[in-house]
Amino acid sequence: MTSPEPESAPSEPLIASYLGGPARTGSRFTFWLGLVTLIGLAGVAVLGLLAAPADDVQGDSVRIIFVHVPSALGAYTALGVTALGSVMWLWRRSVWWDITAHAGAEVGVLLCGLMLVTGMLWGRPTWGTYWEWGDVRLVTALILFLVMVGYLSVRALGGDADSVATRAAVVGLVGGVNIPIVNRSVNWWANRTLHQQSSLTDGKLEDLTLFTLFLAFVVAAMAILWMMMHRFRIGWLERQLRARDLDDALAARRAEAGR
Amino acid sequence: MTAWRGLSLFAGDAVLVASKDLRIEWRARTALGQVLPFAVLVLVLFGFALDANRPTLRLATPGLLWMTVLFATVVAVQRSVAVESTDGARRMLLLSGMAPAAAFAGKAAAVAVQLLIVEVLLVPGVVLLYDAEIESLPLVVATCVAATVGLATAGSLLGAVVAGVRAHQTVLPILLLPVSAPVLIAATRAFADGFGTVAVDGWSWVGLLAGFAAVNAVLGAVVYGLLLEDT
Repeated sequence: MTSPEPESAPSEPLIASYLGGPARTGSRFTFWLGLVTLIGLAGVAVLGLLAAPADDVQGDSVRIIFVHVPSALGAYTALGVTALGSVMWLWRRSVWWDITAHAGAEVGVLLCGLMLVTGMLWGRPTWGTYWEWGDVRLVTALILFLVMVGYLSVRALGGDADSVATRAAVVGLVGGVNIPIVNRSVNWWANRTLHQQSSLTDGKLEDLTLFTLFLAFVVAAMAILWMMMHRFRIGWLERQLRARDLDDALAARRAEAGR
Repeated sequence: MTAWRGLSLFAGDAVLVASKDLRIEWRARTALGQVLPFAVLVLVLFGFALDANRPTLRLATPGLLWMTVLFATVVAVQRSVAVESTDGARRMLLLSGMAPAAAFAGKAAAVAVQLLIVEVLLVPGVVLLYDAEIESLPLVVATCVAATVGLATAGSLLGAVVAGVRAHQTVLPILLLPVSAPVLIAATRAFADGFGTVAVDGWSWVGLLAGFAAVNAVLGAVVYGLLLEDT
């Protein structure tokens, strides 16, 4: 006796034919990319937690840089993609850029949050405080985080896809333009930064620490690419589905009216 | 010649929109009857929250005053958005043929006028309630004008972003308040100088406020039309 097909979820080919394209967000490339990323993450964890030496001054807390610095760079990159995508949507009406901007914002908010949390965890043992109002980068990053959370809440408003795209793009643009002013104002407001200057170029880092950090950069870049690709495809499928839903509903109504 | 004519046309349209909004506000008495009492109420509540401690209140006066203005901005922009959301008013604005930038300037100007009225009431309010003393009136006035233009332009632009959305009342503060952070910082610092509580150079902060206002005015003038068309 053969077991019947489960009735609940429609099969993938069916969805694929409905959407006129693949119904999955994975591909052979993202599969291998994800696998290599996972192995790389394990490598960073082993090297960063066990192999890399503790810092002379900061002790074990220095290991946070393996998460903090890549996520900071990743956050600014992803949010830069969002700002660029916002301009391209408003200027060229590029749906590709609109979906990319959305993907960048989600990944960027995640990484920005990770950067803030790891920064605070590092700040407590090193500066003696979780939060330092006088630090320009900290406060700017927090404002950026809040602006981008607003961007995502505009994305979630619903309604016509093009009008949501325009609303969100303006928010992305306003955020992108105002962040330098936020930075400037905080800089004037309390110019007493505690922030680490870049330790990469002053040659104080051990070789293994440096290697681990660069591995962490590469792995973070792969992870971001992997997340962006999946998020982009979800966005694309959402758009397809919406367009199809409307087409189908119109066709049904017309058929009804013709009868 | 044509540039001059274009400019006067632009100004005329902007004044038209601003006076329309202000006339509606005047007839509905919302600004007078709700925004002003709200602002005064916030001042009183801050007094309770800080335990009516005079030295603390005096030190915190500039910050409290601008927090209050920020809240009033949210309310005023929400009103300004609500005026355009019924009866397809925004469509009409688009169809009227005026430059969207002029419509934006008019909307922002109407909000700015209302905020200035609120500030004219709040500054004497903190002098009376918080025992503040004005040391430099020109600095206080210049700060009010520059900060108000910045808040009105950023507010009107983000107000247009959420216009026509059912959840606009809750989304607007999330968008507007973080972007207004530089205004809060700069205006508070400039007022601290103007009230003589902290020795800083207030005029350089006025410059930053003017920069914020200019950037958001230009941005609004450029993208307002796109928002009107698409949403």
